[in-house]
Parts: sequence; C-alpha cells; structure tokens
Amino acid sequence: MAEFGWYSEKVLEHYQNPRNVGEIEDADGVGMVGNPVCGDMMKITIKVQDNRIEDVKFKTFGCGAAIATTSMVTELVKGKTIQEALGVTNQTVVEALDGLPPVKLHCSLLAEEAIKAAIEDYQGRMTNDQ
Amino acid sequence: MKRIYMDHNATTPLREEVLEAMLPYLREEFGNASSLHSFGIRARRAVEAAREKVAAALGAQPREIIFTGCGTEADNQAIKGVAFANRGKGDHIITSRVEHKAVLQTCQYLEKQGFRVTYLPVDEYGLVNPDDVARAITGRTVLVSVMFANNEVGTIQPIPAIAQVCQERKVYFHTDAVQAVGKLPIDVGELGVGLLSLSAHKFYGPKGVGALYVRKGVRIDPLLHGGHQEWGRRAATENVAGIVGLGKAIELRIGEMGAEAERLTALRERLYAGIVAQIDHVYLNGHPTERLPGTLNLCFEYVEGEGIIMGLNLAGVAVSSGSACTSAELSPSHVLLAMGVHPAVAQGSVRFGLGRENCGADVDYVLEKLPPIIEWLREMSMFSQETPFPEESGPRQRGH
Repeated sequence: MAEFGWYSEKVLEHYQNPRNVGEIEDADGVGMVGNPVCGDMMKITIKVQDNRIEDVKFKTFGCGAAIATTSMVTELVKGKTIQEALGVTNQTVVEALDGLPPVKLHCSLLAEEAIKAAIEDYQGRMTNDQ
Repeated sequence: MKRIYMDHNATTPLREEVLEAMLPYLREEFGNASSLHSFGIRARRAVEAAREKVAAALGAQPREIIFTGCGTEADNQAIKGVAFANRGKGDHIITSRVEHKAVLQTCQYLEKQGFRVTYLPVDEYGLVNPDDVARAITGRTVLVSVMFANNEVGTIQPIPAIAQVCQERKVYFHTDAVQAVGKLPIDVGELGVGLLSLSAHKFYGPKGVGALYVRKGVRIDPLLHGGHQEWGRRAATENVAGIVGLGKAIELRIGEMGAEAERLTALRERLYAGIVAQIDHVYLNGHPTERLPGTLNLCFEYVEGEGIIMGLNLAGVAVSSGSACTSAELSPSHVLLAMGVHPAVAQGSVRFGLGRENCGADVDYVLEKLPPIIEWLREMSMFSQETPFPEESGPRQRGH
C-alpha cells in the first residue's frame, strides 16, 4: 500500500532499530548529501581495509524513510569490496526495504549518493596519498 | 495498545448523539427534501431545523446559510462566487499567505482567469496586520479573504478590525472559519463579516457537509448549477442526514464551548510546560495567547517532524507535522515559512490538536513517550547545538 504513503514492515523495522548509527572518528571516507532545508541530510563514514568496507556508520536528519534507507544502505555495503559497494543502487535499497511510497523514492537516491560520496572521498584520499 | 488521538485540527470523531440524530435520515426518513409528499416534507423540515441551528450558532438569519459538501467547497463558493458575480466592479482579491490551500489555490486559479491577487504577509506569530489590508485595497478590489484561525498554528486573526476596514471601504469580507467554529464565540453581525465558511467534521459532526454564511445582499454566483436548491445558490439534492448531523453537532458544541475552551487551554498549557521542562531547543509556533484552545504547534530543532510522528504513532499517539516529508512537496509548511521560521527548523514541526476526548492522562502519556523519541532522533541527527543548521542553506543538491 506504498501508493498511499504507507511504509512496509521492513521500513518500520529499520526506523525502529536502525543499524550502524554513529560516526567513525578516524574514517577513511566521508559522504554528506542532502540539505536540511529540504528535510533530509545524510552523512556516511566508512573504514576501509584491503579494499573492503570494514566498518560503516551513518547519521541522518530526516523522515522515517530517510532513516530506513540510510540504515539499509549501510547494512548492504558492510563487509563488501569497494566495487561491490559501488554496485548498490537506490533500486537495491528500495527492494531490500520491500518498497517505498513514491514520494519517498528520493530518500533512496540520497542514500545511494551518500555511500557513493563516501567511497569517492576514500578514493580521492588514496589517489592523493600516491 | 493504547491509542490516543491528538489530531483534532485534521478531523474529529463523530459524536454519538450526532450519529443518533442522523440515523433516521439514513433509514426510514430517506425522502428528497424537494418532494411534495410526506417523505419529502419530513426531510425538508429536518433540513430547515438544522439551518436554524447553524444560523443561531452564528447570529445569522436562516436564509443566510447555504449548505455545502465540505469546508473546501464553502471556500471555493465564497471566493469564486463573489469574484465572478462582481467582475464588473473589479478584478482584485486580497488574502493572506497563511490561508488553507482551499483558499490559496482557489485564488491561484482565479489569477489564471485574469484576476489579480494580493497575498498579505504575516508577523512572527502568523498575524495579518489590518493596516496592511487597508493599504492593499484599491478601487478594483472586490473581496478580502482572511481566515479566522489558522489550522496549523492556531493563531486567531484580528477579524473585527479587518472586517471594519472592509466595511469602511465597501469591500466584501470572507473568513474561512473552519477551525474556529465551535471553538470560539462567533457572531457574524457583531464581527461584520460578509461570508463565513465552516465544516461539520471539525466539531464532531460528519464528514462531507459544510456551510457558507452569506450576508443578505451579497452578490454571489453559484458554483453548482442544475437545481433550485438553497434558493438557487447550490444545486444538488440535499445531504439530509449530513445536514442534520451538522445542525446537531454545532448546537452541542456551542453549548459547551466556554467550558471546553477553558479545559483544552489548560490541557494544552500542561502539555507545553511538560515538554519544555524535559526537552531543550523547542520553539512554540503561533501566538502565545491569541490561539485556538487545543492547538499546540512546536518545532523540535535538529530533527525532522515525520520521524517524530512515526515514533509517536508507534507509541499509539496520533499527531501531525508541517514538515515537507508529510506531503509530496520538498518545502516545509507555507505557514511556518510565512512566519519567518528557518526552513530547516520548520522541518521539525509537530502539531498537537487536543479535543473533546483528551484528558490529563493523555497529556501525561505523551509527556512520558515524547522525550525519548526526540532524544533518540537527535542522537541519529548530525545536527546539534554544537553543529547547528547552516545559516544559509542553498537549494537542494540532488543531481536527479
């Protein structure tokens, strides 16, 4: 019943028990997207070891869908290689959450952008180190 | 699980006595009020008795009441009806930036039809300045429409002063009183308003019925054509049961209005005091005193309103928000923005709408459940007193 703006059980579950909340102090990559004026902003920090996302944490200012999509995206990329993580799209996130109301689809796009921004930041730092 | 309804500005539950009054007209007294036989006569009597109750509640004459299908229709009827009937006189309408969309979007539609509309600003409390109304009136102005009380923040407008300006300048004055009827004393004669909209489901009546008061002598075109009903001002077979329900509901609510206003104001203040005692960075939206008794609209800084609503809903409490995420739009409440609230702070708004069934225990329950929800959402947010919202936040950065 997503068309009426209702959330799936999976979204509610992630809203109530979000995974990986917080901020990695000595992060290898930081991604921050969105704008508080528009009602959602996401920050994802990652720790990378041997090309693998060893740890990931998020902070979100936003609605239930924004919280659930960031929580889900961190769960999807944790333990994955950088290449695998880059393959996670907003569609992957939406499917993993059993769908989102149409007006909330932008939250899944932001979640994808947030993890990609964190990876890009990591890759930029690697290039600069060489 | 406990279920507490605190969203009475959205709608209210139907009163048992109102339902009882309506039931015969959904069963055996099903006649068409225009029919000349006994079935029709009984339906007609019921409609006219209800009209008298509505008129009495507003200090109007029964013939000045037009029954409509809802408050939105009453607003549409008032604005389009006066605009089109008085086009020969002028093409200018004045309203405010904090109106309900039933008024705002009707005015926007009229702009497409060639009318000019002035949207007056409001102060930090959401108040329209009557002097601004006076300054905006021109020789081409045909209508001023300013709401009685705001649905989001509850601020009560200086209606008598605005009405006086309109009377002096001989311009029709309409007020959308959908949130005010049954909550505030209203006498259309004393106030000097020409048109006033109301809706039954906001005061424990049924959905699907409203009314428009039109002062005798006001030139107005009908919205619906196709029948003689309501003296040719609103064609359509009367919704007899709904109209009976509206009459009963307004009669009951007016009778208990004074005591209820006092009780709900006390409950509201108890809720507000309890929240600010436990949670910091909370801001009151709306006028501190000139406000609807049961309305409490607050901004919880650093968090987003829909997240709060979800948390309260999971605890069994129903409230609403002015955040963008509760609508299909990206911008937060137009009312809060017009009042100058920072758009990021406005995203954290929550509206508590207290009503008839709410009691002190409900308030205490919310005071127990709300603080941990805010604390938890703030833990999840990257914003805090140490990391505040950016002063200048540009347009949304989304490359899609």
